[in-house]
Amino acid sequence: MRKHALIALMALALLAGPVHAQISDGIVKIGVLNDQSSLYADLAGQGSVVAARMAVEDFGAAAKGLKVEIIFADHQNKADVGSQIARQWYDAEKVDLILDVPNSGVALAVNQITRDKGKAFIVSSAASSDLTGKACSPNTVHWTYDTWALANSTGNAIVKTGGDSWFFITADYAFGHALERDTEAVVIKSGGKVLGKVRHPLNNQDFSSFLLQAQASKAKIIGLANAGGDTTNAIKQGAEFGIVKGGQNFAGLLVFLTDVHALGLEKAQGLIFTETFYWDLNERTRAFAKRFAERNRQIHPTMIHAGVYAGTLHYLKAVEALKSDDGAKVIAKMKEMPTDDPLFGKGTIRADGRKIHPAYLVEVKKPAESKYPWDYYKIRATIPADQAFRPIDQGDCPLVKK
Amino acid sequence: MRGTPIVSKLLGIPPQALFGQLLIGLINGSFYALLSLGLSVIFGLLNIINFAHGAQYMMGAFVAYFLLQYAGLGYWWALLIAPLLMAAIGMALERTTLNRLYHLDHLYGLLLTFGFALVIQGVFRHEFGSSGLPYPIPPQLSGGQNLGFMFLPNYRAWVIVFSVGVCLGTWFVIERTKLGAYLRAATENPALVRAFGINVPRMITLTYGFGAGLAALAGVLAAPIYQVNPLMGADLIIVVFAVVVIGGMGSIMGSVITGFALGVIEGLTKVFYPEASNTVIFVIMAIVLLIRPTGLFGRSP
Repeated sequence: MRKHALIALMALALLAGPVHAQISDGIVKIGVLNDQSSLYADLAGQGSVVAARMAVEDFGAAAKGLKVEIIFADHQNKADVGSQIARQWYDAEKVDLILDVPNSGVALAVNQITRDKGKAFIVSSAASSDLTGKACSPNTVHWTYDTWALANSTGNAIVKTGGDSWFFITADYAFGHALERDTEAVVIKSGGKVLGKVRHPLNNQDFSSFLLQAQASKAKIIGLANAGGDTTNAIKQGAEFGIVKGGQNFAGLLVFLTDVHALGLEKAQGLIFTETFYWDLNERTRAFAKRFAERNRQIHPTMIHAGVYAGTLHYLKAVEALKSDDGAKVIAKMKEMPTDDPLFGKGTIRADGRKIHPAYLVEVKKPAESKYPWDYYKIRATIPADQAFRPIDQGDCPLVKK
Repeated sequence: MRGTPIVSKLLGIPPQALFGQLLIGLINGSFYALLSLGLSVIFGLLNIINFAHGAQYMMGAFVAYFLLQYAGLGYWWALLIAPLLMAAIGMALERTTLNRLYHLDHLYGLLLTFGFALVIQGVFRHEFGSSGLPYPIPPQLSGGQNLGFMFLPNYRAWVIVFSVGVCLGTWFVIERTKLGAYLRAATENPALVRAFGINVPRMITLTYGFGAGLAALAGVLAAPIYQVNPLMGADLIIVVFAVVVIGGMGSIMGSVITGFALGVIEGLTKVFYPEASNTVIFVIMAIVLLIRPTGLFGRSP
């Protein structure tokens, strides 16, 4: 039995010879590093691992003789834990690419480690626009979305429809700060004003204190610069405190499909926010969602999962073209090649690492409008790819020559 | 009350906002009180540090969700059934595992219940994900009152009244009734109490069941406010342990009063320095342990 396996392996190695030429230790090893157990586990978590596996299968890695292995770990939303896993993966386990990494605090740490070790990093979950700004790196691609894109699309749309005074409830770490900063800039630029802000610890249970402060501010819009369980808890308790009945409105600056599912349409209806992917956009996204849900407890893909899938696919294409898995070289190749995948369509990756594609301003349907499971969004507007993200010269990215 | 305007002027916020935050603090404190009460009863009478308390709280909320989803039984039934069910499960747990540990060090009970908590949370997270499930506020308690200085949701008012009632009731039973006297005697000297013909093991089992039931009751109370989430207990239990330690392990009235007081302090922190709101309780714990190692209301061993 063992002998057979050995012969098969040797045959495979021979067959795959040319591709393997510069693949380190013959295996492209991908590590999905995210929150597997806490407030971001549904919007990323195991779903991201499923998405990465699907990308490897759809790429046809095995048929092309490319050996790809996927591992995953839980960073517990702690930058020190995440850094330690990333170092161990790169040094001891020969991981070539780290994927996903929700929590901007952890992602910024992994960004730096990846650069130091000369590996590759594709960000899907983390939001801070600093990843393609001040902290941009030749080893990092920021795929799915960022705080600037959310602020620009959601902030603009809300100020234009009369929501010109804001109060921020912000998660107190890198992501919340970036989202608040980028949204505040948009609000002020569009002629609105910010009446106050409050910062809460990550993974906060009770928001009543903060909601009371928001109520007292008399701001028309309460901007939630947080995500996952924090956002759903704030919205749920907001209903209890009569926020919307009192004439104020929530702006969920970052809301995911799984959050809407958790809240239920009754509580979530009417929320307006920005996504770069929705499973019910077209035939191709629906086909993906169906396959994905079968493997992920029927939970439909969020834009994070879509980004992990598309990012992995493009990475493997670059590895194939380059016949190497050297971090900086593959990322450079990824930037050089135009992207094309079933979920985001055609797009490009800029010099600062920013992946460019359209964004969608969506509104959550009323319960009566939802016709089938997971039928949650109406697309209110599409922000074209060239306007969806921060112009490359405004990010202060040292990689961009002015 | 004459001092209040001065205080609020000093702190830079209007008195209305201060009252609002104090009330919110009391409401959150009532969860702390209810949970730490259960922990205290179990520790005081069984000498078990029940780390599964958070998981039992979470399961209480889930039972409420299941009852609504699959049996069509609403909040009021859940308030009755969830504690009874969880008490039964708790007693089974005590009969089969915990009762083997009483003669050992506290640490073994702690490790065992901690293990249970991890397994239970892991299973629920695997089955139901981490974003939680929705649970509505019962229609009789939806809406709220405008108190002038704040909008008080009816449901929160109910939580505070109900938990004060439960806390006082528990305190009364244990400190002022014959049954309570037996219980206290049984922990002091089980052999002597058994000699009087009282079934001590059964009393201890019932006590553990009662503690688990209290946790489940808090879970049902919490379900309409927070998402019904596999991690809701894990997030809360650490704070509740701090409350118990500050109040003094095993002191029932101590943990109730401390629960409410810390809720208020945490609420005020959320106004003046929100970034510290999840650490303030631990800062207080450290200070109290330095000054009074047995806690504010604890008896010296």
